[in-house]
Amino acid sequence: MHNKVHEVSFEKLRETIIALKENEDFSMLLDITATDYLYYPDHDQARFAVVYILRDSTFKNEIIVKTMVDDSTLTLPTISDIYEAANWGEREVFDQYGIIFEGHPNLKRILNHHQFEGHPLRKDYEITDRHICTHTEDLMDEMRPLLKQKGYEEDEVMLLNVGPSHPASHGTIRNLLAMEGETIASAVTEIGYLHRGFEKACETHTYNQIIPYTDRLNYCSAILNNIGFCKTVEEMLEVEIPDRAKFIRVIIGELSRIMDHAVCNAANCVDLGGLTNFWYIFNPRDEAYEVLSKLTGARLTNSYTRIGGLSYDLYDGFEEEIESVLHSTEKSIDDALSLIARNKIFLDRTQDVGVIKQDFAINSGITGPNLRATGIAHDMRKDKPYYYYDSFDFDVVVGSHGDIYDRMMVRFEEMIQSISIIRQAIKNMPGGAIITDNRAISLPPKDQVYGSIEGMMNQFKLVFEGVKVPKGEYYSATEAANGELGFYVVSDGSGTPHKVKCRPPCFYALGAYSKIIENTMLADAIVTMASMNFIAGEFDR
Amino acid sequence: MGLEEELSLGDSVLVTKLDTAVNWARSYSMWPMVFGTACCGIEFMSVAASKHDISRFGAEVVRFSPRQADLLVVAGTISYKQAPILKKIYDQMPEPKWVISMGACACSGGFYDNYTTVQGIDEIIPVDEYIAGCPPRPEAFFESLMRIQEKSKDERLSQKDRQHNKGFKGFLDA
Repeated sequence: MHNKVHEVSFEKLRETIIALKENEDFSMLLDITATDYLYYPDHDQARFAVVYILRDSTFKNEIIVKTMVDDSTLTLPTISDIYEAANWGEREVFDQYGIIFEGHPNLKRILNHHQFEGHPLRKDYEITDRHICTHTEDLMDEMRPLLKQKGYEEDEVMLLNVGPSHPASHGTIRNLLAMEGETIASAVTEIGYLHRGFEKACETHTYNQIIPYTDRLNYCSAILNNIGFCKTVEEMLEVEIPDRAKFIRVIIGELSRIMDHAVCNAANCVDLGGLTNFWYIFNPRDEAYEVLSKLTGARLTNSYTRIGGLSYDLYDGFEEEIESVLHSTEKSIDDALSLIARNKIFLDRTQDVGVIKQDFAINSGITGPNLRATGIAHDMRKDKPYYYYDSFDFDVVVGSHGDIYDRMMVRFEEMIQSISIIRQAIKNMPGGAIITDNRAISLPPKDQVYGSIEGMMNQFKLVFEGVKVPKGEYYSATEAANGELGFYVVSDGSGTPHKVKCRPPCFYALGAYSKIIENTMLADAIVTMASMNFIAGEFDR
Repeated sequence: MGLEEELSLGDSVLVTKLDTAVNWARSYSMWPMVFGTACCGIEFMSVAASKHDISRFGAEVVRFSPRQADLLVVAGTISYKQAPILKKIYDQMPEPKWVISMGACACSGGFYDNYTTVQGIDEIIPVDEYIAGCPPRPEAFFESLMRIQEKSKDERLSQKDRQHNKGFKGFLDA
C-alpha cells in the first residue's frame, strides 16, 4: 500500500503547503517528523528529510509532503504561521533531529531537558548516551514575550506552577500560569517529563518486539496502540489478517476504548469534587481487567496483537464474562450519570467552560472525542473504515458547544456505542485462525518447530531477524481512544524499522491547551485539563 | 512499677514503650504521597479503588503534598528531566519516611535502557521496597506496603538514634 506523497524542494515548501491548504482543503496538519537517512541503503540524496502529514476536510484523504533538507544549513522555513499544530511539531523535530525552522516563534527543546546535548534520533547518536539534568527551567523565556504581548508588567501578575507534580496534572504536565487574580492572563505548557525514548527504542528492536513499547504509549487503552501499530505494519506487508482476528481486535479494542473513557471521566469527576462517581466507574473497569488478564496475561499492558494477527484465541466462557463486564459498565454509567446529569453544581462548572471552537480545533490538530465534542463528526472508524467497522451499526457521537460538558457526555455516549459494537461483533464472530499462516510473518506451530528442521529454522529466523518489511515509507492511522493515532514507519527492508514515528493524538491537543485556558479561571483550567484526557505516555512517548 | 501491681489493676492498663506505641499507630496510618508518572500510576488507581481498597491497610489518606506524607510511592518511569523534581519531593518529606519503588521502570529503568530514562530511582533517593512487575498487580503493592509496616516498627522517636538511610548519596547530591 502507498500514501500519496508529494516531494518538494525546500524553496517551494511553504507555497506548496499553502496551496494544499487553500486550494485542496487540507485543513489539518496531522504530524511533522523527520527521517535521518544515514546508513540507509542506496541513499545518495541529502541526509535528512522532513515530512508533513496533512488531512483534508472530508477526513478521508491524507497527503504526505516530503522535503529534503540542505545538508549545509539544516534549515527549513517554518509553517507554524499556517497551522497552529506545527508549533509543537517543529519543536519536536528540532529537539530530536536538530533541524532549524526559520521564523518559528519559539524554537526550543520540547521532549528533552534544557541541559541535554545532541539530538537523540540522529542515527549517529548512541541510544544510551545520557545527560543529567540538575534543575528545572523557570520557563520565563517563554512567559516574558507572552506577558509583553498582552501588555502586562512582570510584577503585575502572580506566577503559579501547576505541575509537574500536582494532583490535577494527571501525570507529568507542567503549566506555568500568570495569574491576575483568579484569571489566567497567559500560560505556558511544558512537557517531556515522561519522555521514554519510544522512537529510538523502535530502531533497535524487531517489529514484534516493538509491540510492548506501544502498550506504554496510551497505557489506559494499551490494545488500541497495539492494533494501530500492527495494522500499519500489516498494510506495509500487504498481508490480510484472518476475519476472526479482525473481529477479536474490534471487541478488545472497543473494550479498551470503554476503559480509557472510563478513566478520563472518573478522574474528571474527582477533579470536580465528585469522588463517588470514581468508585462507581472503577468497579466494572477492574472486572474488565480480570477478563483481559485471563485473555492476554496482563491487566494493563497487554501486548495482545502480533504482526499478522493475535497472540491468543478467546478462552472458553469469554462471551459470558465480557457480557457481564458490559452489563456492569452500563450500570456504572447510569449510576454515575444519575449523580451528575441533573446536578446544578456539575452543570454550572462544565457548561460553556473550557470551550474549544471548531476552527481552532482543526487548525491545532485536535482529533477524537475532543474534536467531536465541538460538533465535527470525524471518526476514523467511519471516515476510513477498517476491520468491517462500516458493517457495524453505531453512531458517531458529537457535541454542540465544545465545552467540558460536551466532552464528558461524548465519552459516556461513546462507551455505550462501544458496548453495542462489542455485542454485534460477538454475535457475528467468525471461526477460523487468529493469525495469518504466511510463514514469513507468523511463527510456525510448536510441533513443527520441535519436529522439523525447516520449522525450527523458520522460528529462529523470525525471532532473531524479525519480520522483513519491504523497503519504503508509510503512514496509517486508526481511531484510538484519544483520536487519530498514526504511525509513520520507514523500512529499509530488514526486520528492524529504520524509523517509527507515532502521531500521538493528545500531543497536539495539549499543544493547544495553553490557548484554550487563557482568560479563564484557574479552577476551570484544572477541569478543562481533566476533560481532555492527556496521557503522559502518549504525548511524551 | 512492678509487674504484680499492674496485674492487680486488671486489663484496664497497658504498659509499653513510647517508641512501640507510636510505631504501632504510625504503621497502620501511613500517609502515602503518590508520585505517579506513568502506567504504574494508573494501576495505583486500582490499588485505591473499591475492589482492592488501600484503606484496609490504613493508608488511604493519599496526600499530594510531600510535607504531609511519610510514604513516597514512586509509580512510573523517572526520566532525567523528572529526576530533580523527585529529589525535591523526597527532600520535602519530614522524617521518618519510607520509599516504595513501584514497577520495573522505577526499580531499574525497566526496558527503557536509553538516553532519557534514569536506570532506577535508587540512583537519586534511597529505596526501602522494590516491587517487580510492569505494572505490578495491586496485591504486589499491598505485600510491600505490609513490609513497610513491619519496617516502621523499628523506628525511633529521637532523631539522633535514627539509622534509616543515613549517608545515602545519589547522583543529584552534590
